[in-house]
Amino acid sequence: MDFTFSEDQFAFRDAVSRFLMTEAAPELLRDIWETESGRSDELLGKIAAQGLTALSVPEADGGLGQSDIDWALLAQEVGYYALPDSLTDSACVAVGVLAALPAQHALRSAWLPRVADGSARIGIGHPVNPWVADADLAELLLLVEAGATTRLHALPRDQVQAHAQRSIDASRRLVALEWSPQPATCIAEGPAAQAMADAMLDRAALCAAGQLVGLAQRMLDLSVDYVSQRKQFGKVIGSFQAVKHHLADVVTKIEFAKPVLYRAALALQGDEPQRALYVSHAKLVCADAALTAARKGIQVHGAMGYTWEVDLQMFMKRAWALDGAWGDRAFHRQRLGAQLLDGDAPLGPGATFNL
Amino acid sequence: MSRHEQPKRKPRPVDLSFTPEQQAFRAEARQWLRANVPQQSLASYDTREGFEQHRAWEAKLAEGGWSSVIWPKDLGGRGADLNEWLIFEEEYHAAGAPMRVNQNGILLLGPTLMEFGTPEQKARFLPRMARCDDMWAQGWSEPNAGSDMAAISSRAIRDGDEYVLNGQKTWSTRAVFANWMFGLFRSDPQSSRHHGLTYLLLPLDAKGITIRPIKALNGKQAFAEVFFDDVRVPAANRIGDEGQGWNVAMATAGFERGLLLRSPARFQRTAARLVELYRRHRAQADRDPSIREAVMRAWMDAEAYNLASYHTVGRVAKGGKVGAEASTNKIFWSELDLLLHETALRILGPRAELSDDPEVHEWQEGFLFAQAGPIYAGTNEIQRNIISERVLGLPKS
Repeated sequence: MDFTFSEDQFAFRDAVSRFLMTEAAPELLRDIWETESGRSDELLGKIAAQGLTALSVPEADGGLGQSDIDWALLAQEVGYYALPDSLTDSACVAVGVLAALPAQHALRSAWLPRVADGSARIGIGHPVNPWVADADLAELLLLVEAGATTRLHALPRDQVQAHAQRSIDASRRLVALEWSPQPATCIAEGPAAQAMADAMLDRAALCAAGQLVGLAQRMLDLSVDYVSQRKQFGKVIGSFQAVKHHLADVVTKIEFAKPVLYRAALALQGDEPQRALYVSHAKLVCADAALTAARKGIQVHGAMGYTWEVDLQMFMKRAWALDGAWGDRAFHRQRLGAQLLDGDAPLGPGATFNL
Repeated sequence: MSRHEQPKRKPRPVDLSFTPEQQAFRAEARQWLRANVPQQSLASYDTREGFEQHRAWEAKLAEGGWSSVIWPKDLGGRGADLNEWLIFEEEYHAAGAPMRVNQNGILLLGPTLMEFGTPEQKARFLPRMARCDDMWAQGWSEPNAGSDMAAISSRAIRDGDEYVLNGQKTWSTRAVFANWMFGLFRSDPQSSRHHGLTYLLLPLDAKGITIRPIKALNGKQAFAEVFFDDVRVPAANRIGDEGQGWNVAMATAGFERGLLLRSPARFQRTAARLVELYRRHRAQADRDPSIREAVMRAWMDAEAYNLASYHTVGRVAKGGKVGAEASTNKIFWSELDLLLHETALRILGPRAELSDDPEVHEWQEGFLFAQAGPIYAGTNEIQRNIISERVLGLPKS
């Protein structure tokens, strides 16, 4: 029993953090927002050089063969820097779908190396989301067709029609897709497709949860910086208890969200029976941490927090957007309730690690 | 740094399995508890009858070597590590075993004695504490020293081989039935704040001590005021140096209060009971959808507290320290305890006020006790100050 990370895992996380600190600085993010695609191929190239796009790709397919628990750390960094890229969609979630295909499947050899080297993006569509993020830039789309029989389809970009939707977060590029499922595009159906769709949802929800807790930490850090400098009544406002206690509450939310995130990542990695329960738990508490950090953050920033100029807004907006993505709170509460209260989830002392 | 320059990283699945030794430890604890946990639940330990029952249970635990599992064997413990402590607590609460009556001694005084006590003091007090031969009350708070503990004014003035104590302690948990007290006293009358305090152990039957019970919210004598009128305490009962009492008391505060004071298993057990209660009274509960949501939140928070504890224990096992967790834990479990019990009473509806209803009783008692959680062991406001100053680096108010 050792529910902690290794030095190695932290070292990789820290290297990624240092990289994003310089390569994804707030000024750069604002510049990228102004572009039509909202994405920078140069930045993606640098991310690929760091190994991030290859992280989940199996070693046999030219990747690093890491798993969900590593993403639980890295997604926090993606959130902390509000990376303007749907990196986790391609490099974690889509890779997870492709890696679940039979070893000889043509899509694996066609796409996994290209995701790994950063030369292709893959968009993912699941019925839980009305939109697909970054579908305009994706060369391939993996789309779930819900119905009496679940099917999973793979379509090249030119076989779908995309209608852009503006998001509260100027760095998001959401698209409403028009597409028609064809037998030729179907790559899995029935229980196999359902299992892949479920894993797609859980993996994406986990990535969103990781980003949310990273966003919470960033908003906390920005708020601490601000209240340590801003003076009123002749003192820095960070010395006032009313202000301090707002931020202490954010610390507590973050402290008790992270272990849930890690448990969910391990449940996903090990395909445990309670996987959905833990993922929903993680999404709910990580969103709660981020939303609390946003609310308390803007409060302690005073009027400055309501401006376009102060960076806090970038992180608040990402948090508000991700709160509803890959299962909003209602979805995850419903799912958790079904398993916990209406189902047969193990309860009580000792149940947490009763695998 | 390019991908190719990075050291080759082997996947290292975080290890969530218990070792064969840990499984054997669990099996041993389970078997012992199954054979020994009292069939009938004990009376409240804040009554004379219940106190004696709980004391007998502590003695039985000690006989089996389970009373303070992480203590060294020669001092009455089992020499267990913190993972084993978590396992023991899981088995203990799963077995529905009684509340622990002497935890203030075991958690607050025990570690202080181990770190600062002389060999004679350790041998004299620790094994008796493990067996609950001595029952310990704490002597921290005073009428004018609550959250502001450094405002202590009770005096212990040196006179030859003795200290002479005058003043008053209050909110002294279990002092009504305890026979010993540990506490801080001002030994230097010229000193102020956390200087000039001395850590002393004193028998509560000493001449000049008056104990006046205080009834708690549940009507029971859960704590007491303790008055000192020229009470003479041998200098040999001092822990650490004269005037160093504050440092002695604080040195071990983080670890025990932060991690051990409330084990996660206790809340997981209550959360499981809450889910069962909800399932039994579903139609009644679902009239208000926010009750269902509160049940889920209570379960989630109990689970999160458990996961955070395993995470902390893993860090401590690798040489990490319990720092800010001491304060975030305190806030989190005390608010969780309120949520658990409030939600149960909401499910029970109008019956919730009936103290003798067998389905209500335990929840109502727990609800009353939960009211104290955000106040004792450092109010949650003090904890928030600590978090903002020591974790976030914000200036003192």
